[in-house]
Amino acid sequence: MINKHEKVEKSVGLFFIFTIFAISIGGLVEITPLFFQKETTQPVDNLRPYTALEMEGRDIYIREGCSNCHSQMIRPFRAETERYGHYSVAGEHVWEHPFLWGSKRTGPDLARVGGRYSDDWHIAHLTDPRSVVPESNMPSYKWLNENKLDGAITAKKLETFNFLTRNRSHKDEQGNAIPLYSAKDIANAQTAVQGKTEMTALVAYLQSLGHALK
Amino acid sequence: MSSFWSIWITVLSLGTLVGCYLLLRYCLKNFAGVEEGESMGHSFDGIEELNNPLPKWWSTFFLVTIIWGFGYFLMYPGLGNFEGLFGWKSSNQGILSLQESKAKAAHAKENNLIVQYDMEVKAADAKFGPIFEAFAARSIEDLASDDAALKVGQRLFLQNCSQCHGSDARGTTGFPNLADKDWLYGGTPADIKHSLMEGRKAQGMIAWETMLGGDQGVKDVAAYVISLSGREVNAESAKSGQEKFAMCAGCHGADGKGSTAMGIPLGAPNLADDIWLYGGSPRVVEQSIRHGRAGVMPAWKDILGEQKVHVISAYVYSLSQN
Repeated sequence: MINKHEKVEKSVGLFFIFTIFAISIGGLVEITPLFFQKETTQPVDNLRPYTALEMEGRDIYIREGCSNCHSQMIRPFRAETERYGHYSVAGEHVWEHPFLWGSKRTGPDLARVGGRYSDDWHIAHLTDPRSVVPESNMPSYKWLNENKLDGAITAKKLETFNFLTRNRSHKDEQGNAIPLYSAKDIANAQTAVQGKTEMTALVAYLQSLGHALK
Repeated sequence: MSSFWSIWITVLSLGTLVGCYLLLRYCLKNFAGVEEGESMGHSFDGIEELNNPLPKWWSTFFLVTIIWGFGYFLMYPGLGNFEGLFGWKSSNQGILSLQESKAKAAHAKENNLIVQYDMEVKAADAKFGPIFEAFAARSIEDLASDDAALKVGQRLFLQNCSQCHGSDARGTTGFPNLADKDWLYGGTPADIKHSLMEGRKAQGMIAWETMLGGDQGVKDVAAYVISLSGREVNAESAKSGQEKFAMCAGCHGADGKGSTAMGIPLGAPNLADDIWLYGGSPRVVEQSIRHGRAGVMPAWKDILGEQKVHVISAYVYSLSQN
């Protein structure tokens, strides 16, 4: 028998190609089928799109790196659901771009924080976390009270989300896709956020989290 | 899952296992053209490469993991739509509503299905359910003198309520103190439980500046309000504030003693005592009048359920009973 093994071992290029091939099998089995599953492409019944203000708040959430310390993914363990509520399901996240699941919990999970505290609490807490939770090690985000939104590209954001979710939106009775945002939503997007503070937007976003399954 | 993807997964998964086995068999063969244990014909720094086979313990172990892999695929879900002989699931995924989730959990419980999460909840319900049921059967007044119940209530309070009301329940600016006898929505056990279950939303403290005739109006009413708790203020200003206070009396009462004193759940605080939810300095009182206030207590019945709320209510009630 010819020593083929030696051939692979002595050629970096060939070895590289075989390695990529071997590794990709895992992805092909575990990831690719998910793109086509009902569970991951069909929104849960009560899912509603973010309002223009919540959409801006979400971008602030991303900008400030909230997902570095807060996850948005409740795992199906009783210890988690007792504290945070029903475990997260894929159908709640089919319109998310990008996902903000996070992987680290320096602070608590936020997947269902919406409605759990009052707006006043969120403002007090984001402005000065230790004013309400003395043992907290969260940084203060007080500048959010001062920064104002101009909404220049809010409409564009909504349009982009319409495009990204075009195959995964709710369907009407005839089975036609209902876009996330109507022409009216898009036309009103700028006026809906203009002049509001970033704090208002972020709190609106936080209050919307987890609405679809509680 | 469509049968295409099911087959895709099955073929690739089993193919990988079979491929691993074939690779192992291939590598166990001696194809170097040299006797086993003999030199491969090159050395470096005095170290010589011998044609040694793969260690037996290693190749045997590899083979065992491959066999284990087949066993795992047989017992647990891994091959597309095949659910595995155990019927094991981590949780009910693919649900579209809370009702569906509850129905599936109930179904799993009834039929003793192996849904890991539902089994965990079932075991916990069997352990803790009777405790909470026993508490639920007793009145809040009764629980408030039961140390065991209060301990449970305190735990739940620290977990869910302390973020706003503080771990000592004494509140902070904007979030009421629950350990005193001053109540915005009433302090009877029934009132407290209602506040927890349904939440509360302060009604009507809108921005008053325009209606009070501008800045001076706000200052005058603030002066009068501060005078109600016996503090010294500019008498003239307070007097003209008193005339305008009629607008406030609807919620705070003609004497300013608040909506609880009138027996209506509006959440309008008593202005004649020295307890100030948002602060009692002239500047803050003016701010409250100028911009309004809208305190919100979220509803907890869906998050905690009535039995837990019942125990927390007892804990909160007990705090003001000493």
